[in-house]
Amino acid sequence: MIDDTFVELSRWQFASVAMYHFIFVPLTLGLIWILVIIESVYVMTGKEIYRDMTKFWGKLFAINFALGVTTGLTMEFQFGTNWSYYSHYVGDVFGAPLAIEGLMAFFLESTFVGLMILGWDKLTKRQHLAVTFMTALGTNLSALWILVANAWMQNPVGSEFSAETMRMEMTSFWEVVFNPVAQVKFIHTAAAGYVCASVFVIGISAWYILKGRDLAFAKRSFAVAAGFGLAASLSVIVLGDESGYELGDVQKVKLASIEAAWDTEPAPAGFTLVGFPDDKKMETQYAVRIPWVLGLIATRSLDGQVIGLKELIALHEKRIRSGIVAYQNLVKLRAGDTSEPVKAAFEQHKKDLGYGLLLKRYVENPADADDATIAQAARHSIPSVPYLFWSFRIMVALGFFFLLTFALSFYYLAMNSIQRQRWLLWTLVLSIPLPWLAMELGWLVAEYGRQPWAIGEVLPTFLATSALTVNDLIFSIAGYMLFYTFLLVIELYLMIKFARLGPSSLHTGRYYHEQRGSAKQAYPTGFQPAE
Amino acid sequence: MLLDYETLKFVWWILVGALLIGFAITDGMDMGVGTLLPFLGKNDGERRVIINAIAPHWDGNQVWLITAGGAIFAAWPSVYAAAFSGFYLAMLLVLFALFFRPVGFDYRSKIEDPRWRNAWDWGLFAGGTVPALIFGVAFGNLLQGVPFHLDQFLRPHYDGTFIWALIPLLNPFALLAGLISVAMLAVHGATWLQLRADDVIAERAKGTIRMLAPFVTVAFALAGLWVYFGIDGYRIVSQPPLDAASNPLAKEVVRAPGALMDIYAAYPIAMLAPVIGLIGPLLVWGLTSINRPGFGFVMSGLSMTGIIGTAGLSMFPFIMPSSSQPNASLTIWDATSSHLTLTVMFWAVVIFLPVVLAYTVWAYASMWGKITVKDIEAKTHDAY
Repeated sequence: MIDDTFVELSRWQFASVAMYHFIFVPLTLGLIWILVIIESVYVMTGKEIYRDMTKFWGKLFAINFALGVTTGLTMEFQFGTNWSYYSHYVGDVFGAPLAIEGLMAFFLESTFVGLMILGWDKLTKRQHLAVTFMTALGTNLSALWILVANAWMQNPVGSEFSAETMRMEMTSFWEVVFNPVAQVKFIHTAAAGYVCASVFVIGISAWYILKGRDLAFAKRSFAVAAGFGLAASLSVIVLGDESGYELGDVQKVKLASIEAAWDTEPAPAGFTLVGFPDDKKMETQYAVRIPWVLGLIATRSLDGQVIGLKELIALHEKRIRSGIVAYQNLVKLRAGDTSEPVKAAFEQHKKDLGYGLLLKRYVENPADADDATIAQAARHSIPSVPYLFWSFRIMVALGFFFLLTFALSFYYLAMNSIQRQRWLLWTLVLSIPLPWLAMELGWLVAEYGRQPWAIGEVLPTFLATSALTVNDLIFSIAGYMLFYTFLLVIELYLMIKFARLGPSSLHTGRYYHEQRGSAKQAYPTGFQPAE
Repeated sequence: MLLDYETLKFVWWILVGALLIGFAITDGMDMGVGTLLPFLGKNDGERRVIINAIAPHWDGNQVWLITAGGAIFAAWPSVYAAAFSGFYLAMLLVLFALFFRPVGFDYRSKIEDPRWRNAWDWGLFAGGTVPALIFGVAFGNLLQGVPFHLDQFLRPHYDGTFIWALIPLLNPFALLAGLISVAMLAVHGATWLQLRADDVIAERAKGTIRMLAPFVTVAFALAGLWVYFGIDGYRIVSQPPLDAASNPLAKEVVRAPGALMDIYAAYPIAMLAPVIGLIGPLLVWGLTSINRPGFGFVMSGLSMTGIIGTAGLSMFPFIMPSSSQPNASLTIWDATSSHLTLTVMFWAVVIFLPVVLAYTVWAYASMWGKITVKDIEAKTHDAY
């Protein structure tokens, strides 16, 4: 039987280390492009200040990058250590994009990042820019392959179960790579990372402007971040990943849960703006609804239907019953009975095997499940709706908030009056943590929304664990908590220390903290002539 | 498909071996340097020289480890599943030790406090030494067989839990393998320091090699004798067709004395690996003594290839033999991915590995030069 505590601990551990890793990844994804932009300007204009900008934001990049690498190591180990049955069951498909990520992207990123940070005096200007660009390409390709792997968990295309090897096997590599869910996920996640980095740079720059120091440096950084952030927040909203929600059962469930669509409505469905979804009663209290909008957003048409959760649960119940037949015949096949009727029955019901496995949470042998158990399993084949409903709404609201702040920043910058908009500058400073909130909620929608599946329609989460004990998990969770807390404290300490120092941390002698009280004060800050 | 399934299974054994050897040569060097850091650097300036001798490259080097892990996941999913979960606590120790490196390298010199810097130096020591030790111990245990079994749905179960699964791994033979691993990587790191670091450190690195290289040879010989006289191997007595779909439970395996020597009797050419493993470290000693650290470094890479190759060859075709259910042992014939996945991954390696090697060489070449205390002082805010 399944030990629920053990499964819960395994899930908590994975969710924590993945979400923790995801604190550092998005900033890396976006900040590296900001570095590419600034350094390109440096190479084109030759102005010293752009080199200082590249170096300073590069310092903050490196502080963040170090923890991205550290916590990324955990992710590489995590599947094997804690999800060993998952690794066996889907490694044939899921392992390939991960390995290719290493070969194609992670090598690129990691080989060049060291040169980017330490190679200023060894490389020519153009070489250094090329190195920065290669790092950017590497980080973003990394994200692409990881999301190809992740998208397969949501919508497992290009693969088939084999009874002989007792696992999923790849049938088409290109279908896995060109999984439409992967495409939209990559664009959405990368653009979210660009927004995150832009908020980070614009927030810190706004603080320098508020303090009235290193103005030339701060305003230029502000301008780059405002432009990049405006473009990125537009794409994150316009290219949100709704379009991936028609594919595969898990995505349909996710969509219906996000929208708290309990019943299937005639197309085009109405959109619930706010309300209080209730899992038990399967209805939404105090719903404020806008007709038509959901159908339009979700299906991009007037006649496409958004299938409601009740209908999906009824469908799952049918598939569970079919899955029981698949399971019974699988057991016969594994025991060596490879007669034609067994094979034929298995093939016919194979696509529902995963649904049959859902019953293993309640009974050792799915064939023993009675009607009540089957109904219970079907009822639990969707995630908890309020979590998804609210996570999604807060995420989207934040997205629009970023768009608004970038648009305003851009406007006042163009009007050359940004320094006087102290309310806006303070808003930008205080908004620095918000993209992380938005992105972690996005992660929650995507991954918690996939429950109860590890691989949609294929492998339930509770079966995917390793054969470990609660003690093992308590030890590892304690270890992660200890190390991760310690590392986060140090990272934040350094990040805040260097952000406060600003470009003075470069020790060029040209910036605020180095000039206070010195004869050089006559120079307007940041406007030193080149050496 | 260009290559048949049986051939690809064999090719993947070579490729995973090559990735592990690539890891030893590149990141193993960084780990060896980490091990030596607190001992060869007597003051902050010297320690920074040691760190900066590998600083621009250690991260790229670490990807050999990541890629080897990813390749095992993709090519031998059952091995990835059984080994990582079976060696749970050991893997956690490796991971926690590895945590110290990315942050250690980048954060150490950002604050001037000597206590801060000294603490990170010991962190980098742990980040180099603990994984080296545990990887060696893991190989020592694989050679002896590991207690795990597979159920009818091929879920791996390790016999023993929590700390009681860890303690038996720390047996004398495995610890000897662990020491060989630490010493060989330290020698390798020392050849690099002799090549790239300031004279005073290069001199000390030479002393390290003089002390540790003969130790590697002696310990490796000792391990060989131990295997020859005292460790049973595993032998397949009935094997389904080699190109059959992967099912680790379909074969029959027995535990047999002397089985770890089978390969050398069948293919005498395989003796090349242990011979290089034995002589190589002595040649490293000789080459570095006559101040040829470049050749010493290459030789050190070769001798590690010999040592790791010996472990892999002796077990062939086993990857992870099971001591408690020998039939469930994982071999290169039945722990592999499907034909299609092996093919796709094969082409990924053929296309990308040469590209990786090319820009890696460029990266090293463009950062080349002796690192001196004076250099570091001159760019004290830019260097690590």
